[in-house]
Amino acid sequence: MSEVVRRSKALSVSPLKTSQTIGATLAFLGIKGAVPLMHGSQGCTAFAKVFFVRHFREPVPLATTAMDQISSVMGADDNIVEALKTICDKHKPALVGVATTGLAETQGADIRQALYRFRDKHPEHQSTEVVLVNTPDFAGSFETGFAIAIRGILDALVPKGVARPGSRRRQVTVLCGANLTPGDLEYVYDSIEAFGLRPLLIPDLSGSLDGHLDHAKFNPLTTGGVTVDEIRTAGDGIAVLAVGESLHPVAKAFAERCELPVHCFGHLMGLDAVDEWLMSLAEISGEKVPVRYQRQRQQLQDAMLDTHFMLGMTRAAVAGDSDLVAGFSRLLQGMGVDVCTAVVPTMGEAARQLSGVTPVIGDLEELEKYARKGAAELMICNSHGVESAERLGIPILRVGFPQYDLVGGFQRCWFGYRGTSQALFDLANLRLGQHQDVQPYHALYSQKRDGAQQKVVHTSAASSTGAITH
Amino acid sequence: MKAKDIAELMDEPAFTHNKKEKSGCAKPKPGATDGGCAFDGAQIALLPIADVAHVVHGPIACAGSSWDNRGTRSSGPTLYRIGMTTDLTEQDVIMGRGEKRLFHSIKQVVEDYSPAAVFVYNTCVPALIGDDVDAVCKAAEERWGVPVVPVDAAGFYGTKNLGNRIAGEAMVKHVIGTADPVPLPVDANRDKVIHDVNLIGEYNIAGEFWFVLPLLDELGIRVLCTLSGDARFHEVQTMHHAEVNMMVCSKAMLNVARKLQERFDTPWFEGSFYGITDTSQALRDFARLINDPDLTARTEALIEREESRIRAELEPWRERLNGKRVLLYTGGVKSWSVISALQDLGMKVVATGTKKSTEEDKERIRELMGDDVKMLDEGNPKALLKTVEDYKADILIAGGRNMYTALKARIPFLDINQEREFGYAGYDGMLELVKQLALTLESPVWQAVRKPAPWDDGSDVVLDAPVAPVSDSDVKEVV
Repeated sequence: MSEVVRRSKALSVSPLKTSQTIGATLAFLGIKGAVPLMHGSQGCTAFAKVFFVRHFREPVPLATTAMDQISSVMGADDNIVEALKTICDKHKPALVGVATTGLAETQGADIRQALYRFRDKHPEHQSTEVVLVNTPDFAGSFETGFAIAIRGILDALVPKGVARPGSRRRQVTVLCGANLTPGDLEYVYDSIEAFGLRPLLIPDLSGSLDGHLDHAKFNPLTTGGVTVDEIRTAGDGIAVLAVGESLHPVAKAFAERCELPVHCFGHLMGLDAVDEWLMSLAEISGEKVPVRYQRQRQQLQDAMLDTHFMLGMTRAAVAGDSDLVAGFSRLLQGMGVDVCTAVVPTMGEAARQLSGVTPVIGDLEELEKYARKGAAELMICNSHGVESAERLGIPILRVGFPQYDLVGGFQRCWFGYRGTSQALFDLANLRLGQHQDVQPYHALYSQKRDGAQQKVVHTSAASSTGAITH
Repeated sequence: MKAKDIAELMDEPAFTHNKKEKSGCAKPKPGATDGGCAFDGAQIALLPIADVAHVVHGPIACAGSSWDNRGTRSSGPTLYRIGMTTDLTEQDVIMGRGEKRLFHSIKQVVEDYSPAAVFVYNTCVPALIGDDVDAVCKAAEERWGVPVVPVDAAGFYGTKNLGNRIAGEAMVKHVIGTADPVPLPVDANRDKVIHDVNLIGEYNIAGEFWFVLPLLDELGIRVLCTLSGDARFHEVQTMHHAEVNMMVCSKAMLNVARKLQERFDTPWFEGSFYGITDTSQALRDFARLINDPDLTARTEALIEREESRIRAELEPWRERLNGKRVLLYTGGVKSWSVISALQDLGMKVVATGTKKSTEEDKERIRELMGDDVKMLDEGNPKALLKTVEDYKADILIAGGRNMYTALKARIPFLDINQEREFGYAGYDGMLELVKQLALTLESPVWQAVRKPAPWDDGSDVVLDAPVAPVSDSDVKEVV
C-alpha cells in the first residue's frame, strides 16, 4: 500500500475531477429504455449533457427536476414527483434513475418520501422502475457516483431474498466499472461467451453508447443496454464478477446477499490481469481457454518484446480516476516504465493499492507540476491534459473521460491481450516520435569541411558559375 | 442575490415588447426541459475576457464539466482557458468553510498567475448556505491589491439569459468606468479622425471577429472593447469612453448598453455581422451614429468594394445552395442575424426557434421573413424532427446539442453555437459558411446511411427519413 499526497491548496486549477452526479448518470445510461433524472437546477443537467455528448458524440437522454429560486428555498420534493410524472406520461420509460446534485443535498431533499408520494398519486406508472441515489458533487467523484448508482440499481431490482442462485446455470453477472469503454465491454462480453457462459453486464454501455445508427429516427430513452428484466435475474446465475476496483465492495455485498461466489478484477489490461480473467472464466465454466486467446497471448508477448525498447525506463505521468490510473500504472510498470506521478481526483482503493508510485490527490496543475519535477516523457490523461502535455513538450495518450478532441476515443478497446498489444504499440509510437539522436559534435581538429563546402555551393549557386571556388 | 434584484434584471425597460414575457422565458417544467442555468449564462458571457482568472465558487459539478468548453479565441493571454474552482467539499458545506476557502483561493490565483483581475462566480450551493461572496471579494481585493469582481449567478436564480444579464450588471457595477483608455499608438494612421466604439455581445467564436476587425481598422474605428470576445480587463474598464455601442446579435446584455446610455449618454444600435446585408448595415450604423461625413463616405466606398468582391466569390456557391430549405434552431438568440446571412445565399428559412428570443427579436424575425414563418417555442428533439418533416427542410442549423438529433435522423446539420470550430462573421466568414453548408448538404454519406443492409428484407427497417434525399429530382420539387 502506498502513501498518499493529499490536497494542500485552496483552489483547484484545471480540475481533473468529474462530479459524482455525472458518474451516477452514466450508470443509468447503460440500462435499456432508461432516462436519468438529475435532481437539481437546470444547469447541472445541461452541463452533464454537453459533457457526455462531446465525449460519446451521441444524443444522450437526460432530464432535470429544474429547481428554481422558490423551490430551492421552500423545498423541491414536489419537483421530483412532477418530473417523474411528466417523464412517465411522455415516454413510458422502463426505468428512471434519480441522482441528486449538491444543490438538492444542501437543501435537504427527501427523495424517498418523494417517490412514495409519486407511487401513491400515480399508480398508473407502477410499471416504471425508479431508482434513487444520493450523489452530491461535494463528495466523492465520478467512480464513486457510478458505484453508488450500481448499488442502488441492484438494491431496487434484486432485493434481499428474491435471488435464486444457480437457477440460470450458464449465467454470470458482471458489474462493470465507470471507466470501461463500450469497446472494453464488448471484450468482456465476448470473452465470457467464448467459454460457453451467458454474460449479464450491469450496466451495459456497449448496447447504448457504442455509437450505432439506429433504425428509429429519435429516441427519448436509451436505445440499448441491459434490460430491467435481465437485471432482475442478476442473482440467479452462478457467479458475480466485478471489473474495476471501485465496484468491488458493491459486488461483494451483492454476492453475499445472493449467496454467490464473487471474483474481483481490476482493469483487464496487461498479461497478468488478462491471464487471471481467462483462468477465472475457465474455472467457472469448466472449459478450456479458447485457442484464439492462446494465440492472442502469444501475440501480446511478442508485442511486449517489440515495444520494451521504446518503453523501458520511460518516465510516465498518469492522471484519471483511480481504477483507470491503477490499470495503466500496472500495465506500464509491467513494461519497465517508471510511473513518476499518478494523480487522482479522489482516493480510491485501486490507487491506494498501487506499489512503486505515490498517488497524488489533485488536479491537472499538480499533474503538470509533478510531471515536470519527475521529468516525465509521456502523459496518460483525458483531453484536458493536452495543453499540459504541450507545455511540457511530451506526447499524450488520451484515456478516460472526457475525450472531446479525438473521434472514436470513447469506444476504444483497451482490454484483453489484443487491446493491450495495441495500447503498447501506440505508447511505443508516441515515444518513437520523441526519439532524439545524439547531437552531432564538430571536432576542433577535424578534416571535415562540410560547413565550408555548403557555403561554397551556396556562393556558386548565387554566382551561377557552377565552379567550386574558395 | 435578492429576489427583488433578479426581478429587476428580468424586467428590461429597453425592450419594447417586454410586457408579455418578462424574462423572455417561461418557468421551466420539471422533467420536460433542458437548457442552461444562470451560472452557465454568466460564465459564457464573461469567460472570453482573456487575462482574467475566472474562479467558480462551488462544488465540482459547476466548473468540472464546463471548463475549457468554448470556441472563443484570444489573440494573447490564455488564462481564461484554465478552469479554476474552489471545489467545495462536504466539510466546507457543513462547517461553513466556503468563504475561507474562497479567500485563500483568490490569494493562490493572484500569486500563481498574476491575473489582471479575478472574477468570482457564485453558484447554487454557496448561495444556499449563504456565503457572503461580495464581502470576501471586497476583502480579498483590499488585501491582495487586484480587482476582484463578484458575479452572483447561482444556477437556481433562473435561465441562461438571466445569467447573461447578471454578468452585464456585474461589469456595469464593478468594472466599467474604472480606468481611461491608453493613448492611440504614435504610428497610428493620422490622416483621419479615429473614433472609439464598443461591441457588446460579440464573443469571437472560432476567431470570427477577426474577419471584421481589419475593416474597422481601415475605417479608423477603434474597438475600445468587445464584451467579451478577446477582451482584456482594462478594455472593459474603459468602455464608458466609447462614442457608440453596438449590441451584437441579441439583447442578452442589453442592460449594459442601456446603462451606458443612461450614465454616459452613449448611443447604441443593434446589429449583426452574420451575412453580407447585416455586416454592411452594421458598418453604416456606426457611421450614422458617429456622424462624421468623411467616415460615412469612406464606409460607403468600403462596403461597395467588399460587397462586390464577396458576391463574386460566392457566386459559384450560391448556385449550389439556392433554394435549399433550412430549419434554424439556435435557441433563439441569434436567429434573426443568421436568417439574413442565409437569405443572402438564396436559401429559404422555413422555420426558426424563438424559445429564448425576446418579443423584439421575434418582431425582427417577422420583418425578415414575413408572417408565414413557423416559430418554434418548443425545442425538444421530437418537435424539431417533426418540423423538418412537415416543412421539408433540407438541413437543420442548430446548436451542438442538437447535432446528434439531426444525424441520428439522417438529416444534414450545421453547428451554429458557441462550441463550433468555424467562424462565420463578416464578409469573409460567408465563404466559410457556404463551404460548411455545401459540405454537409452535398455529402455522399446521406445516401449510404439511408441504404438498408443488403440482408434486410426491409420489414423492420424504418427508413422514412423526414427529409427528402438530396437528389436532383427532390431538389426541384422543393424549389
